[in-house]
Amino acid sequence: MEPAEILSNPGGVIGVGWLMIALPLLGAAVLLLGGRRTNKFGHYFGVLMVLASFVVAVLAFVQILGFAPGERRRGVSLYEFIPGVADMGLLIDPLSISFALLITGVGALIHIYSIGYMSHDLDRRRFFGYLNLFVAAMLLLVLADNYVALFVGWEGVGLASYLLIGFWQFKPTAATAAKKAFVVNRVGDFGLLIAIFIIFTSFGSVAFGEVFAKAGGASEGTLTAIGLLLLLGACGKSAQLPLQSWLLDAMEGPTPVSALIHAATMVTAGVYLVVRSGAAFFPGDGTASLVVTIVGVATLLAGAIIGTAKDDIKKALAGSTMSQIGYMMLAAGLGPVGYAFAIAHLITHGFFKANLFLGAGSVMHGMNDQVDMRKYGGLRTFMPITFYTFVIGYLAIIGFPLLSGYFTKDGIIETAMEHNAILGWLAVVGAGITGFYMSRVVFMTFFGERRWDEGVKPHESPAVMTWPLILLAIGSAGLGAFLIMGNRFMIFLGPAVGRPDELPAFHAFAPVGLATLALVAVGAGYAWLKYGRQQVPVLAPRGSFLTTFARRDLYGDALNEALFMRPGQWLTRLAVWFDNRGVDGLVNGLAATIGGSSGRLRRIQTGYVRSYALSIFVGAAILAGAWFVVGTL
Amino acid sequence: MTTHYLVLSALLFAIGGIGVLTRRNAIVVFMCVELMLNACNLAFVTFARQHGNIEGQVIAFFVMIVAAAEVVVGLAIIVTIFRTRRSASVDDASLLKH
Repeated sequence: MEPAEILSNPGGVIGVGWLMIALPLLGAAVLLLGGRRTNKFGHYFGVLMVLASFVVAVLAFVQILGFAPGERRRGVSLYEFIPGVADMGLLIDPLSISFALLITGVGALIHIYSIGYMSHDLDRRRFFGYLNLFVAAMLLLVLADNYVALFVGWEGVGLASYLLIGFWQFKPTAATAAKKAFVVNRVGDFGLLIAIFIIFTSFGSVAFGEVFAKAGGASEGTLTAIGLLLLLGACGKSAQLPLQSWLLDAMEGPTPVSALIHAATMVTAGVYLVVRSGAAFFPGDGTASLVVTIVGVATLLAGAIIGTAKDDIKKALAGSTMSQIGYMMLAAGLGPVGYAFAIAHLITHGFFKANLFLGAGSVMHGMNDQVDMRKYGGLRTFMPITFYTFVIGYLAIIGFPLLSGYFTKDGIIETAMEHNAILGWLAVVGAGITGFYMSRVVFMTFFGERRWDEGVKPHESPAVMTWPLILLAIGSAGLGAFLIMGNRFMIFLGPAVGRPDELPAFHAFAPVGLATLALVAVGAGYAWLKYGRQQVPVLAPRGSFLTTFARRDLYGDALNEALFMRPGQWLTRLAVWFDNRGVDGLVNGLAATIGGSSGRLRRIQTGYVRSYALSIFVGAAILAGAWFVVGTL
Repeated sequence: MTTHYLVLSALLFAIGGIGVLTRRNAIVVFMCVELMLNACNLAFVTFARQHGNIEGQVIAFFVMIVAAAEVVVGLAIIVTIFRTRRSASVDDASLLKH
């Protein structure tokens, strides 16, 4: 089934859909421009704005459900943005509204949690201002009806992530990490920009509806080029290979930021871009789609391997994000069959990853901001709510039967298996590694004996932090079944991105699913042998070559350093040398030549009157002589 | 007849020129300049007599007037230099060099 046509503005809540973006933006403006006056109520105001945005999203969702499936794509034009190029407008369809619900819903929970988590921070108001800005930019990204407006949101997300990762800018590591995220994202943005340029020159428009309608007439080469460049952009934002290096360093930001970046915003933008452009540029066959699947599989394995070796609880979770986004990319590269699974996994991942990150934040909150899991241990009795919600998130992410991850990840693996057996089996292996590293996190944190630092008194977090955890845990548990059973989500999403005419049948325990479960069980069992039954050393053992390989992020940073940073430094040194010696040398040399020769020339001025007189005589004699030789003048 | 006057004029001019170029004492240099001017005057008057017109003699008067003015200014400078430096040598007054 092809995507439905984009119909006109139906009015109602959809007609004022811009409120979804405007409300958090207003929050950001008030909090950031209002100064200290807003310190008292700032955090409540920020939460209120996101909640209001969530309410608008829910109402718009209800309105969409009221239309017939073929009439659920609605364009809302707002104003002339760049004359002749792009108008500012919103595209409210099942895809964008799913994202809007995830961003505002999970975003609101993260906002509420932050009230408790940041309660001791002097800059809490600024923090909420940035969070609101982040949400507003992400909503603009997903709701825009053309590539240029999408790019505005895209850059807004980049800016907000920079501000939030470097929120504790007095820490040099945080400032560096923020800069790294910004610079790596620029590489991806470059790809997206070029893609938009090619789209505009090829189709004469950047509006989604017009571009997708005309894409069929373009040459294979153009479509592939646009697809690959869009993928480069997606890789930057979604931390896919080869632009993954910023994600692990981004853990320097406060934990709610990590949750927001990893669950509701930022890293999902790349998947959104691929799925949104999917009908035109990633149809499931062809070079661009193949590259998307390869990038996805490579990243899901790389992220999982990195996750196995990290002792920092947030970095272990960051590796897992990379890996899960890799699954989504893999699905997005499989064409219309995969789109729905990619987005479904994105939504359930949004819940269980926010759950896990906020749980990790809750643990850190009770452990004096300790992030080293080797100094945790035995925490389950001290923070029961955190423990139980974390375990639900954990079971969801490893794909425990009937929890969210089981449905969505299994769907991706089954689809990949039908498409290409190699990709499928690699995805199964990735699931097994997920089972290992997530079990390792749980065992090291909540089980075993206590390896705490002296003076640490773990305690459960306040209700303002535990309630978001409970709500997220409910989503982590049940959402997958709700979305996947009966292909509910695929049918809902069909009008927006297209879907196969024949809906895939869901087998509760298909052979592939059983194999996946078996590998996950093996991974979890091995983690129990290594970290549950045995004593965990407080100091990290040196480990084998493979451990070092994973600890160093698969030498990704070393590779970037050798390939880009060092040659870049050489280039700048060469440029500086050329400037000093070449350009400056020419100018300075000219000046020195003139200065030197004039210095020599002025020696003629001896100050002796008699020598001047002599030169006058000689001159007069020469003139007289010339007169005689030439004759009368 | 006029040739003798002209030869004398040339001799006086040459003596004056050599004096200007070789002598260090400012007063002597000054006198040599006067000598050269008067050699010119002699040549002017000689040519005026030879051609039987008055212009040469008129020019001679102009030269005398200029020479008188020049003496006033020149001597004033020389006296001032002598007062400050206790020297009338033209080689000593060489500050305006390089």
